[in-house]
Amino acid sequence: MVNRGQSIDKKGVVISDNARNLLVALTGKSRLLVATLVGTTVLNIASPDGAGTAFAQEKFIVVASTTSTQDSGLFGHILPHFKAKTGIEVRVVAQGTGQALAIAKKGDADVVFVHDKAAELKFVEEGFGVYRRDVMVNDFVIVGPNSDPAKSSGNDVIAALKKIAAGKSPFVSRGDKSGTHAAELRYWKAADIDPQAGKGTWYRETGSGMGPTLNTASAMNAYAFTDRGTWLSFKNRGELSLLVEGDTKLFNQYGVMLVNPAKHAHVKKQMGMQFIDWITSPEGQAAIAAYKIEGQQLYFPNFVAQRR
Amino acid sequence: MQEISQSLSLAVALITSLDSTLLSIAGLSLRVSGIAVLAAALLALPFGAWLALARFPGRQGVIAVLNGMMGLPPVVVGLLVYLMLSRAGPLGPLGILFTPAAMMIAQALLIFPIIAALARQVIEDAWGEYREQLVSLNASRAQCMRALLWDMRFTLTTAVLAGFGRAIAEVGAVMIVGGNIDGVTRLMTTAIALETSKGDLPLALALGVVLITMVITINLAAQWVKSTAMKKHG
Amino acid sequence: MADAKILPLAVVGLGFRVGDISVLDGATFDIAPGSRNIVLGPNGAGKSVMLRLLHGLLTPTSGRVGWSNPDALAVRRAQAMVFQRPVMLRRSARENVEFALHVAGVRNVRNAADLALDRAGLMRLADRPARLCSGGEQQRIALARAWALQPEVLFLDEPTASLDPAATNAIEEAVNAMHRAGTTIIMTTHDLGQARRLADRVLFLNHGRLVEDAPAVSFFAQPTSPDAAAFIRGELLW
Repeated sequence: MVNRGQSIDKKGVVISDNARNLLVALTGKSRLLVATLVGTTVLNIASPDGAGTAFAQEKFIVVASTTSTQDSGLFGHILPHFKAKTGIEVRVVAQGTGQALAIAKKGDADVVFVHDKAAELKFVEEGFGVYRRDVMVNDFVIVGPNSDPAKSSGNDVIAALKKIAAGKSPFVSRGDKSGTHAAELRYWKAADIDPQAGKGTWYRETGSGMGPTLNTASAMNAYAFTDRGTWLSFKNRGELSLLVEGDTKLFNQYGVMLVNPAKHAHVKKQMGMQFIDWITSPEGQAAIAAYKIEGQQLYFPNFVAQRR
Repeated sequence: MQEISQSLSLAVALITSLDSTLLSIAGLSLRVSGIAVLAAALLALPFGAWLALARFPGRQGVIAVLNGMMGLPPVVVGLLVYLMLSRAGPLGPLGILFTPAAMMIAQALLIFPIIAALARQVIEDAWGEYREQLVSLNASRAQCMRALLWDMRFTLTTAVLAGFGRAIAEVGAVMIVGGNIDGVTRLMTTAIALETSKGDLPLALALGVVLITMVITINLAAQWVKSTAMKKHG
Repeated sequence: MADAKILPLAVVGLGFRVGDISVLDGATFDIAPGSRNIVLGPNGAGKSVMLRLLHGLLTPTSGRVGWSNPDALAVRRAQAMVFQRPVMLRRSARENVEFALHVAGVRNVRNAADLALDRAGLMRLADRPARLCSGGEQQRIALARAWALQPEVLFLDEPTASLDPAATNAIEEAVNAMHRAGTTIIMTTHDLGQARRLADRVLFLNHGRLVEDAPAVSFFAQPTSPDAAAFIRGELLW
């Protein structure tokens, strides 16, 4: 006796039956469609800006850097010089210093270019980076409302921070473990102030990059700690202006290093070193110095060759 | 308000001048999301149809999980794909991190549940109407699935478009796995994020207008194709 | 036609329960090849359920559907069914017939489909989207589709219930044509006139029980059960 519905309708159909049907449906579906998919995927991975090492005819390196160097426009200015000279394309993945070091540790970048010397040296000490060199210095500034309620204006960063904390003036911090954030925290410490005491009231942490943090400060008409480069190219100033600058303590050191090929064999050592050599060469250093916004130089090259 | 009108005129200027950077970024966005949606649909549609017709213990649980995954946070998907594609991860040797291929994978993963869950519902509803006739004709499970997928093609197109919309609009996943590299992995959405972070809000908004215009145009085209076909085929 | 015939069919004690309710109870009868069998009865009598049990769309909760051929596949392939509402795929009429033929493993589906449509007088609809045809046309396409499969047994579940007299006539003519070509007919209806026109033998159901089973002539002339007699007189049955 047969029951027509037995194989399809009854509950408790054998699972392998279902699996077989799924496989048949997936692969039995139009062969043309499957071929198209496979074809386009292969073509896409194989195309010049697709995957790479096996297929890439182009020369490129991945540099993990910070949002401040990207947002200020420095890379847009100096990288074409490097490409013209060496033919190497520099692909900049710009995240915060913390994230840049994290992906470099995993071997997802060839070169690291950030501005947190303490963290960089630790990175080298732990064996993840080699050939670290100073590259350039820029400076931090404090921006704030035009009216400057805390009377912070001047060239003394420690005094300014003390006044801001005393007056509980709204202050927006990046709070994202970036080089800028690390520097900010050092200055608070030097002023003997724990900004966490004001967390949620006058001290606000955005957990984001310099740009979004400045957007927030602009919207809240608050003080903020920023690098000069990002500030100069920032277009959404609202009623903020530059209040504290020129303190020698505010200088910010940038460093470059190669991700250790001993830890990650695929690192493009030769091309990476070409970049490191170039950016610390007289030519590269001159290119950095030549970058100006509103007539102001942003970055001051300071590589000093070690005497052997 | 002033920013919005400024942005609108900037958007029009960008479009009409056929700014080459804009064109290449827009083209890349379309290519990445287009491939992602094609790949996802090719797997998700048969999967959804299979799930609609299959009967096994735990099926309701699978459906609930699939529906829940429609709300996958893109940034989490991005993080997971990054860990897979990282040099330190299992698929590292492929070397596709920070390339468009990585973004296609992340977006495809993101939209697979959307298309599959919607397809499952659509096919299951249709199965109620078609079941007796198809069983009577002795159609195999696979033949039923194909017949239903084709019959419900108009509704399923909407599901696929929903997936495409989600893919082309997201920024979290592609930022992490693509790196927003200038000229290589910069998409409309990551460019908007970048301009916003640089404080250039009018440009960011203008790019947003261009993106929305692109998506609406695609949907209009799809709608026109659909309605023409529906008039022809019922 | 299948090599080994599936008829005659011996149905013994066929029953179907849903929860506590007995929708069909203890039906016993035979179906002989070449007959036109009408399952008659008021709405809710269990006619549709019985048809589905015979065709294999439902599993009996008691009793047996005994086809003559032990090969389950052959049994399925020798049957076809037309439902009260035609189910058309979103494609042309011809493609609907082609689909059924393709599933049945026929090679040259286009020719066979055209033959079936032509035989049913539907060639003018061949390229028309089936869903855009009228209800009567769709049902005729469904019947042509079933005929194309050359079934040994054709089940029809109130096929003309929602059709006008002209379409009803076309369907009945097609059913008779299939019968003349050798198909055995098992059809449900609650329409006395249709039963009179088409039946060789009547199975009368009421409240899930097979109340009377007789050749058409004697059933209409002298029904033995009071329920059947009342039904024929046109009275409502409880």
